[in-house]
Amino acid sequence: MMEIRTPKTHKAKRVLEKRAPKLVENGKRTLILHGTKTSATLSSVLMELYRLKKGGAIKYSRRNENIRPFESGGETSLEFFSQKTDCSIFAYGSHTKKRPDNLVLGRMYDHHVYDLIEVGIENFKSLLSFSYDKKIAPHEGSKPFICFTGEGFENVPELKQLKEVLTDLFRGEVVDNLNLTGLDRAYICSAVSPTKVFLTHCAIKLKKSGTIVPRIELVEVGPSMDLVIRRNRLPNEGLRKEAMKSSKDKPKKKVKNVDQDDVLGKRGRIFIPEQEVGKTPLPDKSKGVKRERREGKLKKKNKEEGSASKKHKKSE
Amino acid sequence: DMDMETDQIYQIDVGNLLAFNPNHRFSSAPSSREELVKECVTEGTKLVQAIADTLFNLPSTETNDGPLVQLPPPTTKLPREKHLPRPKPPTKWEEFALKKGIQKRKKDKIVYDETTDKFKRRHGYDRVNDDNDIPIIEAKASDEPGEDPFAKRLDDKKKRVGKQEKNRLENLKTAAKAGALPSHVQLAVTGLPISGTKTQPKKIGKEALGDVAGLAATSTASGGKFDKKLPGEKPPKKQGKHHKYLPVVPRYGWVDEEKEQTNKVLGKLLSKHSHEILNVGKAINMYNDKKEKKKSGRSDKLKAKKDITKKKPYANKAN
Repeated sequence: MMEIRTPKTHKAKRVLEKRAPKLVENGKRTLILHGTKTSATLSSVLMELYRLKKGGAIKYSRRNENIRPFESGGETSLEFFSQKTDCSIFAYGSHTKKRPDNLVLGRMYDHHVYDLIEVGIENFKSLLSFSYDKKIAPHEGSKPFICFTGEGFENVPELKQLKEVLTDLFRGEVVDNLNLTGLDRAYICSAVSPTKVFLTHCAIKLKKSGTIVPRIELVEVGPSMDLVIRRNRLPNEGLRKEAMKSSKDKPKKKVKNVDQDDVLGKRGRIFIPEQEVGKTPLPDKSKGVKRERREGKLKKKNKEEGSASKKHKKSE
Repeated sequence: DMDMETDQIYQIDVGNLLAFNPNHRFSSAPSSREELVKECVTEGTKLVQAIADTLFNLPSTETNDGPLVQLPPPTTKLPREKHLPRPKPPTKWEEFALKKGIQKRKKDKIVYDETTDKFKRRHGYDRVNDDNDIPIIEAKASDEPGEDPFAKRLDDKKKRVGKQEKNRLENLKTAAKAGALPSHVQLAVTGLPISGTKTQPKKIGKEALGDVAGLAATSTASGGKFDKKLPGEKPPKKQGKHHKYLPVVPRYGWVDEEKEQTNKVLGKLLSKHSHEILNVGKAINMYNDKKEKKKSGRSDKLKAKKDITKKKPYANKAN
């Protein structure tokens, strides 16, 4: 016995439509949570990441004991949270003796784990430790510049994946129109070694230059940290292909056998299949079927009927 | 975009405000942390400047908040968060219409009503061809004599609506199978099917369950008083008559409630209107009956019958 359930309020309907799969998707939201133990640095990293992504992130404060992203059964909780909060990127922090200050950045496809990358955080500097002129402080939710420096991002596969994940994480919404006065932050990621990336967050100062393009000056506002690559998991090829599919990939279907000519206009080509002379059905030329005969018969019939009715009339 | 100084080419994606410099090499032995940080920020500045060069040269429109530019679509491909929306499979009607070549026709909101020579709306209040407005239904040869045609019409409509709902459910099921269920619809399974029967198992209410639990409890030796309770189970409601006993010794300074109670009853009995409260006739009858019964020496059924024929042996008669 099945029952159709539709939302009873407009608000509920709008929420469901927002979360439905669409051609052009909403900006990815981030879920920030931690495991059984966190260190002071890790908890401040998570808090500051949440602040940077305010408006597009959800932070859970309770500890989660059964989340182990790299183990086969340990991702069910993550997938459940992703479903409930509609978040497709997550940042899971944990601190163990073996892996101190550990941060796992992962992405979801259809609320299932798509890929994972685990980094260790070193040399963390909180945004509270940076002193700068408060006037240039970046506003919440502004679209950032993202810069990657270093050959490592091209040559090392783990760094390549990290580059993609960081772009996804910091990108925010994809917009058509941008207000140039609202550009006030930049994320700088530098591959200082094949296993280490230095990440920092800077505010942008626009200085007058002779041209329309202002001179850019970056001021570190924090946080800044070193990310040391630990483990990673790449998506399997089939899943990657499916996730990378976009609606504009399919080119417009070519119409065959039609060509446009400036002189002759639109021309088409018609192909006639081969005539099998021996197999063509011959017309039925038997006497009774002929059209003239049929029509003649019909006429006679009508005549008779007409005369019969006339006879009746005469008799009356 | 070319960097004039070192002939490097940056990979710039304006749509994402993203820039990548693949050619910079960091020294494997950096001088100090501060030097490294400085180097990173300088390189970053160059990249941001490169993006800004393109960005500020885009055609912009002036608005109250500032210059607005139209960003080009992003060039770096990133994975989607959800699958592409799947095409909806055609419904049973759509398949049929396709096969028969039936075209969709737009229906007007206002239709001409022949019976009243007016234009009426198609749906809603005072509509064209309203089923409820028919005053007379002519009998046909196929009609049974005892049947109510108006009731029959209502019944037919109900059946049609039920059939349509069933068809709608079937269409949604095929759509769900193809993974193309509309986003605002959910299909929920209600109750397990029981083979052979069509009836739904009736749900027992909270009070009924409590009553049954109470009944079961009284069957225990101590009347259910010391039974182990489940977490969240409330203590059983007091069974039987509920007496309110007044305090025997009245509290100092407080009204003697027992005295008050008896005085109240007396007052009512001895009042002017006592005949309205007291049924004197019934009381007299009861008194008389009791007196007569006592006189007749009624045999109490519970009392053992005294057999006068049997003589009691005298216990202390000495012989």
